[in-house]
Amino acid sequence: MRAVERYGLRLRRKKFLVRAWRKGRSLLEVVDRTAKIKPSDALCFVTLRNERVRLPFFLEYYRTKGISHFLFVDNDSDDGTREFLAEQVDCSVWTTETSYKRSRFGMDWVNHLLRRHGHGHWCLVVDPDEFLVYPFCDTRPIPALTDWLDASSVRSFGAMLLDMYPKGPISAQPYSAGRDPFEIACWFDAGNYTIERNWQFGNLWIQGGPRARSFFAEKPDRAPALNKIPLIKWDKSFCFASSTHMLLPRGLNLVYDEWGGEKTSGILLHAKFIDTFTAKAAEELERRQHYANSAEYRAYHEGLHTDLDFWTKWSERYINWRQLEILGLMSKGNWA
Amino acid sequence: MSTVGFVMLCHTALHRAAQVARHWAERDCPVVIHVDKAVSRPEFEGLQKALSDLENIRFSRRHRCEWGTWSLVAASQTASELMLAQFPSVRHVYLASGSCLPLRPVEELRDYLAVRPMTDFVESVTTKDVDWTIDGLNAERFHLRFPFSWKRHRFMFDRYVELQRSVGFKRRLPADVVPHLGSQWWCLTRQTLSAILQDPARREHDAYFRMVWIPDESYYQTLARNYSRQIESRSLTLSKFDFQGKPHVFYDDHLHLLKRSDCFVARKIWPKANRLFETFLDPNHTGSSMAEPAPGKIDRVFAKALERRTRGRAGLYMHSRFPNSDWENGKTCAPYSVFQGFNDLFEDFEAWLSRRLGTRVHGNLFDPKKARFAGDQDIYAGCLSSSAAIRDYNPQRFISSLIWNTRGERQVFQFSPRDTQRPGSFMAADANAQISVITGAWAVPLFAANRDFASIRDEAARLQKREMEFVNTLRHVRTRAEVRIWTLAEFVEEPMENLQSILDVMGGATAVRLTEAPRIASMEGFGQFLQNLKNQGMNPFIMGDFPTTPTGAQPPTSDSRPYLVR
Repeated sequence: MRAVERYGLRLRRKKFLVRAWRKGRSLLEVVDRTAKIKPSDALCFVTLRNERVRLPFFLEYYRTKGISHFLFVDNDSDDGTREFLAEQVDCSVWTTETSYKRSRFGMDWVNHLLRRHGHGHWCLVVDPDEFLVYPFCDTRPIPALTDWLDASSVRSFGAMLLDMYPKGPISAQPYSAGRDPFEIACWFDAGNYTIERNWQFGNLWIQGGPRARSFFAEKPDRAPALNKIPLIKWDKSFCFASSTHMLLPRGLNLVYDEWGGEKTSGILLHAKFIDTFTAKAAEELERRQHYANSAEYRAYHEGLHTDLDFWTKWSERYINWRQLEILGLMSKGNWA
Repeated sequence: MSTVGFVMLCHTALHRAAQVARHWAERDCPVVIHVDKAVSRPEFEGLQKALSDLENIRFSRRHRCEWGTWSLVAASQTASELMLAQFPSVRHVYLASGSCLPLRPVEELRDYLAVRPMTDFVESVTTKDVDWTIDGLNAERFHLRFPFSWKRHRFMFDRYVELQRSVGFKRRLPADVVPHLGSQWWCLTRQTLSAILQDPARREHDAYFRMVWIPDESYYQTLARNYSRQIESRSLTLSKFDFQGKPHVFYDDHLHLLKRSDCFVARKIWPKANRLFETFLDPNHTGSSMAEPAPGKIDRVFAKALERRTRGRAGLYMHSRFPNSDWENGKTCAPYSVFQGFNDLFEDFEAWLSRRLGTRVHGNLFDPKKARFAGDQDIYAGCLSSSAAIRDYNPQRFISSLIWNTRGERQVFQFSPRDTQRPGSFMAADANAQISVITGAWAVPLFAANRDFASIRDEAARLQKREMEFVNTLRHVRTRAEVRIWTLAEFVEEPMENLQSILDVMGGATAVRLTEAPRIASMEGFGQFLQNLKNQGMNPFIMGDFPTTPTGAQPPTSDSRPYLVR
């Protein structure tokens, strides 16, 4: 890569950081408990809107995995999300009424919080419907992983987004607060992912899964990206360039091995497709606050009218991380 | 009675080190603790205070330790001297770290050493015989000087090594030093250890090893050779290193593996692995008496991890394994067969082949309209879509995914010049591909087609060009697939032998003899058809020579072939 290009990326990174600062000013503090954060704590950063029903399980899941503090950006919820989070002793909450889309789909807000509170910590950046699965996650907490990554001089940990779906129409089984969403949405596509390399940023670009085959069978290039880098040892000079798909500086995007080996990696189980999705899709379509003019949600909405069902006889039923490892969706790498 | 004393080098997780030190000290083993000078004073004093009730624990003078440098040897020297001076009854000194954990009761270790009173346990091999060194520095550790820190001043470290190499610098070794390397965790007898530390030439030795790289892996390992009466060249500490040269860490889920290893001490233990510390420091924990340490099982686990990290699983493309071209260690994960031209020549070839092989046989996976999976399914293994757009979005991944998703079942599919040609070069370069081609067979359906001759002519020209390109790819020097190419004319002369030769390779030793022949499409007048193409200005050469006799090449029927009824 030429020096000019490298310098261009540097300027872009600076621009993102300035933007994060500018957009970050619109964040209003609801409750700030960040003084309680200890130097070695693993932190979790989330942007959300109207996700009250998902939160009890979400917090429970990540607390048992060893996350010490949660930092939320609430984008104008009106279903009690904010109030619920403010009551949690390990959560800090900010709120904003400004546009999700114009803050680069919440990334500016998160970049802002990361810069202020994430420096020197391992930071997990996820949506409330994303659940990190990593090797040995049934016996080892996230700090075991991050200690090991530290010892290996690794700064970022990649995880592919794996869309989970129920068998039958997604509206058939209602979800209630506190319940494990993967009791309902326990199926996934095991092997229909396409991977390409983004030479500019050095990351991989992965597409596929049930959304690609159901909604984008004619336009696969429009299918949503599934590559994610959710866990990073944050430094205040870092920033997310596009959602959690890629970062700057670009070295952080190299979460894959290029010489035949496998790096340690995880999976983000995506619990988007449960019955709450129907209402969400309708609302988001109305708000037009999502990527590419909510093209994804439009496609979903059309699909939903004919009762969306992703299940096929080739769908795989989720058991545990070892199954995902055997299927080649994630890897233990040299963590044994 | 205290025959074994422990020297512990600590720098983090002091509360765990304290726990282990207490465990040993309470069982009448003296412990000398060295704490890295980088540890803050309050922390150090906290540790001292926590262990102040035990009179057989000493703290040695503190050095600032850094990986790969002399400081680690200096720390162990100071602490060992203190041990030898203060605890005269100690017969074996065991060097451990703050992240070590005893796996077997101290009594067992004591008994084990009592039976071997003059044995030194120190891994010590000559530089020629080791392969674990990182950065390619092996013998050079001893012949170059390393004044710069590898961790903090990597640039200077590398430049200085380059400089020394380029001028051909080579250090002179002290007369009695024959370089040996090994694990830095040893257990030496008082005689050997004191001989090393009280050697008249110690100043010279120390001055030499001060500039050796990672001297803690070579100082005792080398010098013990000079004095030891009996060296067991292995470490009593179970400690495994990964490909970066850093130790593997043990967690709670390794409990059973560690129990069965029968090693005395393991390192390194994750400080928060509560279950391991609880289990192994439990006063009631017992080992398996006089068993020999057997780290074999753990070795295998870590060897597999290393293999996965460095070579990975062949044919797998995923978000943490995306090899550069030619670094895949196998482009796909299992053998598969590709047939070109067979379903044009034979009627109902796929069904016949499926019956013969007893497996599913796909149609033309790269058909421009959709992927023709076996049974004409819309979705196939791993939820692969039959959508042509999705498949053509990345045909290489489509093949590699299909082969990966169906591990354990050989994939067989048809290919044709009518199909999307993009995966051609990928398959040709793949050693797992078995590609059989009957060139020119695409002309058979054209011959039977109910179409205008002009359009047939154009189509024939197009297909011939595409097939020629594919055949050239297959004949390229970089091709690694197993390739068989016949012209149509050659193939129809002995169709059954040719088919059998393909199936023999596919099925290996258990190959089935062909008893039922697939039916060849009627080719009466085919020669004339080719002649007509020629007459129209197109030269159909790729199918070989067919006589223009009106009867054409009539293939023999099955009953004229005696070998078929066998």
